[in-house]
Amino acid sequence: MSRVLVPCHVKGTVALQVGDVRTSQGRPGVLVIDVTFPSVAPFELQEITFKNYYTAFLSIRVRHHPSAHTPAKWVTCLRDYCLMPDPHSEEGAQEYVSLFRHQMLCNMARVSELRLILRQPSPLWLSFTVEELQIYQQGPKSPSMTFPKWLSHPVPCEQPALLCEGLPDPSRVSSEVQQMWALTEMIRASHTSARIGRFDVDGCYDLNLLSYT
Amino acid sequence: MLQEESDLSLIIAQIVQKLKGSNLYSQLERQAWASLQRPEIKLESLKEDIKEFFKISGWEKKLQNAVYSELSVFPLPSHPAAPPEHLKEPLVYMRKAQGSWEKRILKSLNSMCTELSIPLARKRPVGEQKELLNKWNEMGTDEPDLSLFRPVYAPKDFLEVLINLRNPNYENGDSLSFRTHLGLIQVPLKVKDIPELKECFVELGLNTGQLGIDDSTQVPPELFENEHVRIGQKVLAEQDSAAAQQYIRQGSPTALRAELWALILNISSEPEDVLYYEQLKTNVIQHDLLVDSLIYKVLLCFSRDTSVLSHFAYNSASPPKSYIRGKLGLEEYAVFYPPNGVIPFHGFSMYVAPLCFLYHEPSKLYQIFREMYVRFFFRLHSISSHPSGIVSLCLLFETLLQTYLPQLFYHLREIGAQPLRISFKWMVRAFSGYLATDQLLLLWDRILGYNSLEILAVLAAAVFAFRAVNLMEVTSLAAAEAVLADLSTLKVMPLLQIFLFATVT
Repeated sequence: MSRVLVPCHVKGTVALQVGDVRTSQGRPGVLVIDVTFPSVAPFELQEITFKNYYTAFLSIRVRHHPSAHTPAKWVTCLRDYCLMPDPHSEEGAQEYVSLFRHQMLCNMARVSELRLILRQPSPLWLSFTVEELQIYQQGPKSPSMTFPKWLSHPVPCEQPALLCEGLPDPSRVSSEVQQMWALTEMIRASHTSARIGRFDVDGCYDLNLLSYT
Repeated sequence: MLQEESDLSLIIAQIVQKLKGSNLYSQLERQAWASLQRPEIKLESLKEDIKEFFKISGWEKKLQNAVYSELSVFPLPSHPAAPPEHLKEPLVYMRKAQGSWEKRILKSLNSMCTELSIPLARKRPVGEQKELLNKWNEMGTDEPDLSLFRPVYAPKDFLEVLINLRNPNYENGDSLSFRTHLGLIQVPLKVKDIPELKECFVELGLNTGQLGIDDSTQVPPELFENEHVRIGQKVLAEQDSAAAQQYIRQGSPTALRAELWALILNISSEPEDVLYYEQLKTNVIQHDLLVDSLIYKVLLCFSRDTSVLSHFAYNSASPPKSYIRGKLGLEEYAVFYPPNGVIPFHGFSMYVAPLCFLYHEPSKLYQIFREMYVRFFFRLHSISSHPSGIVSLCLLFETLLQTYLPQLFYHLREIGAQPLRISFKWMVRAFSGYLATDQLLLLWDRILGYNSLEILAVLAAAVFAFRAVNLMEVTSLAAAEAVLADLSTLKVMPLLQIFLFATVT
């Protein structure tokens, strides 16, 4: 299924915290990231990908335009999706994640805004967020081809003219050529990942020092 | 469902791509062509008939074993957006730590090179080549004179690096919290606790027969041993890798071990493999490497084996690079050094030594060692977050000790004898050289059976539990080392079984 990247604007993260940020101890456990699409009309969201950075749970709300007449409303499409099975340990902390339309709780047609709600209940991490956020909509379906008439309605076979004696049967030759062509295509397509085994350069392995880069 | 289907087709495509370059692929092709002459192969049902032929002749099983082998070794395909470094090691700070550690090793090797005025590599003069070829068979067990060379690094240098590993996004403050790590490892990797270990190592339980316990002289062989040997012979007759791996969790009979390990590691003895080994031997004869002085025969060939480079796709470490003399910076003259990308450390040969008891034919011994290295041993000396990586094993050991033997842990800590300082060297060498050989092989049976190195950490904790009474009485690190100096009389399987399944918590 093809997909098309939708240019988006990711606003800065906003921490949700009870009390005064300056005086209270402890770090916020909830962050909100708003994503808008300034130059794009409401679209059908296909896929969201990002790189996690120590976020434990993710919820997503979308601003949804059901039709041209009804006003837009916010709907939760993902609730408490677990990114880190144990919020106190490293598992899943820096993984790449993809979320698809079929995993969402609601219809993803006509989306105009996204709000990501990140939660990290463990006090052990200094910060958490999601990075490299990318939103995709469904790509165009393969265009239907119209064949020219002579391809879709071939004329009935004509009788081939009798060739001189000694020449091979043309239909047999053409089928053999076709087989050979198919074989060469196959060989060209299947390149192996097997190594050759040489470690020297043209028989020379006279080295200087090890390189640090 | 959509996602799982596309994941599965991606895995299948990846395995097919890998197998296409293998010997097995060309053998299957040859067999398929040859089978066309057989009377039962009909043109109308060609595909089904050939498939049936493969099934009957055992080739399908060989293919199944190859696929199973790929699945065991290579991690699942990662997210398409993930760069290749992410597959080697997902945590950025660990990648950086591994990079710095590698740089230290390279500097050490380079300075050894300049101080001793010995080149990293040189082509042997013809006379020397002839001499080496003649001496090759006698070279077997003698270690060369290492007096001039200091080891590139020793396990305890590596331990210091692991102790200093820190996650920059982690609360590393001095104030004690509910998650303060009282051991030496300070990174919060996920490790299993005893209930999870019991589930994972269920075949080691009290109600399951084990070699190493239920084959002792007091137990009549009719109770377990005879039947177990019979099943082992059947598994070998079927040539099924997955069945062998399951079977070996209860230990391998001595007579069947060499074949069972070869089946699990999917090592065949084709003429091509013997030829490959001979080619490596030729490379050894032709070029002399600085690292040669640190190791011996099988490892000499291992250093020249470029096929080992492919394991760096899932190893957090990277192969050192160098340039042909005079061509610094020119990419066409860039090479890996040593050719297999692995710089051996002090005691590296201990990974090979136990295998010499099982395999006498050099090319088979070589293949088994190489496969064991790229599946398991490399994880013991590179910094990564993998559950079988050395960092996780250290943390697992410390956590098990702290949770289930808190008094002992506290006491050792108080006297300045952090337990990991003693057990690290055991785990890094997979206990080779510390246990009696037959016990070591029973332990390595389980590494193969469970496709994981976690059993090393569990055994280390079990050893401390076994000697707890004596350890509670010591008052210094040196005394604690003395209590744990000699492991050669230990019986591995009873220790593991008691620690996991019979300790009252």
